[in-house]
Amino acid sequence: MALSVTDLRVWYRTLKGDVKALDGVTFDVADGEIMGIAGESGCGKTTLGKALIRLDTRMRHEGGTVALDGEKLPIADDAAMRRYRYREVSLIPQYAMSAMNPTRKIGKMIRDLLAAHGVRYAEVLPELERRLGLVGLDAEVLKRYPIELSGGMKQRVVLVLSTLLNPSLLIGDEVTSALDVSSQKAVARALVEFRDHGFVRSMIVITHDISVLFQVADTILVMYAGHLAEKAPARTIIDAPLHPYTKMLIGALPQVGDRYDEQRLSGIEGRPPSLLDPPTGCRFRDRCPLAHDRCAEAPPFREVAEGHQVACWAVS
Amino acid sequence: MLTLDRLDKVYKTGTFGTSDLHAVRQVSLDVRRGEVVSLIGESGSGKSTIGKMVLHLLDSSGGTITFDGRDVTSLGFRERREYYRRVQGVFQDPFSSFNPIFKVDRTFETLRRSYFPRVSSSDWRGRLEEALGAVSLQPGDILGKFPHQLSGGQLQRLLIARALLLDIDLLVADEIISMLDASTRIDVLNLLVELKSRGLGILFVTHDLSLGNYVSDRVVILYKGRVVERGVTSAVFDDPLHPYTRDLLASVPHLDRTWEDVEAEEAERSANLAGRCLYHEALAAQGRAFGEEAEAADGVPDGVGLVEHTPGHFVGCFRLAADDDCPAA
Repeated sequence: MALSVTDLRVWYRTLKGDVKALDGVTFDVADGEIMGIAGESGCGKTTLGKALIRLDTRMRHEGGTVALDGEKLPIADDAAMRRYRYREVSLIPQYAMSAMNPTRKIGKMIRDLLAAHGVRYAEVLPELERRLGLVGLDAEVLKRYPIELSGGMKQRVVLVLSTLLNPSLLIGDEVTSALDVSSQKAVARALVEFRDHGFVRSMIVITHDISVLFQVADTILVMYAGHLAEKAPARTIIDAPLHPYTKMLIGALPQVGDRYDEQRLSGIEGRPPSLLDPPTGCRFRDRCPLAHDRCAEAPPFREVAEGHQVACWAVS
Repeated sequence: MLTLDRLDKVYKTGTFGTSDLHAVRQVSLDVRRGEVVSLIGESGSGKSTIGKMVLHLLDSSGGTITFDGRDVTSLGFRERREYYRRVQGVFQDPFSSFNPIFKVDRTFETLRRSYFPRVSSSDWRGRLEEALGAVSLQPGDILGKFPHQLSGGQLQRLLIARALLLDIDLLVADEIISMLDASTRIDVLNLLVELKSRGLGILFVTHDLSLGNYVSDRVVILYKGRVVERGVTSAVFDDPLHPYTRDLLASVPHLDRTWEDVEAEEAERSANLAGRCLYHEALAAQGRAFGEEAEAADGVPDGVGLVEHTPGHFVGCFRLAADDDCPAA
């Protein structure tokens, strides 16, 4: 098991109280697996990605463990985590491509980054150039400023530099969002290629766009309001979802080919609960068409078929 | 109702405006009453520029925009006010469309002060509730709240309600769905289609093909400021002709097919159309030699015009950018 997360709880401290953004999350990511995380904004998917590498000052580790390749990660200890960051766990944060230093040429920026981790630029340069070639970029880009590259090119540079030290786990947060469909496809394909070449052992891809996940991910994890709703192989999530939330979410996505006149889709009534004081029991029950008395008790996230886990009482 | 004829926009860029950026080239299209027309294109295609020119937020550099028979490209201040009673826009980010320090009611209050100073309070209240009802919002849930207390979908619907209060004929919807969550975006889309049945014309600007396909009656595909293909939605999506449209449709992530499946289907069509240009073939059929088409298609400069391939389905020259060479040349 490359990554094993057990009952992880990460809360945000605010003046009004604790926001329970991640409340008891348990899952595994296998070697070579690309796991996609999907959910609405505010469901905790970004918090989950960040919790595996660095807790910022507002985040508090309330409990639970994270183990990578059998070794427990000290996620609550910022200094101790430093040894794992970038070498073992690498994160591409949201909007990473816009966060490149505009005053540095890309090569120089990568040199600085490697120096901060005690790696010599000259040693990895041949490999860096080879990998840029793999994603369809010329080694010339190292001599350019970020402003000279298009969004898709920048995102591919970010992908190459974040995996340069062959981390065991790569977390990509919205790496294909804000790109045009053609660049989106190129970046999504590069993700899969990097896994196939063994540059990263396993990957977590966070996005709100389920159709991109279907193209790249092996398994998809659906989150709702800080809880896990369902995890299954990508095709199962799309073709035979079990959790009512997953069903409604997928039912709300128009496909190329769906027309209003022929097939009217509908959204999900209501909005996710506030995580400041979340309801007990199943958090989806206010919006769920199948809700019944038992839903006042939180359903366990249990396996219903091989590799298919669901947290819902209605699924037997 | 709305007709764009050979619309052009040139931005001045570079130091002291020394270089030109041709953002919109000779774009002609029309929107009829009770119809949704989607402008689809990637970033830099000029789709938002067209929307802004229709709303008179930007001046055009050439061509005309006619609304109900009247040219609106050079309206004065007073005339523009009348124009805005009938044409309104809603934009991408609902949170930045509202002033965060005021309650959302203020948006409606300013509208009343500017456009309906003589309407009584109770009468106004009635109209407001009717408009909110039309976008399926409960007045009690919405009024008296600050923008941060409402969801993106609610705010976006509020902005549509605001436009409806003016009794508009045309709505320019610029990426209004992009910032919304998957669970709410479909409700806003359905709302647009309902408004269409009340006789409203909608110019729907989007980069997302699946959204454009879901709501629109006709689509216009833009690439680098040029219309490469336009026509009835089903015709364009079922039988994309221009290389750019085909590439775009092959890049869309589907939920039932992988990219490999889509590419395999597409390969057959591409093989059939490789090295050809339906635009120049159609002109040749009219007896015009290659290179003589400058005067063709109502005097639109060569390669920027369109020919009707099948009824209601228009396609332009198969070159990609306007300054490339035609593949059939």
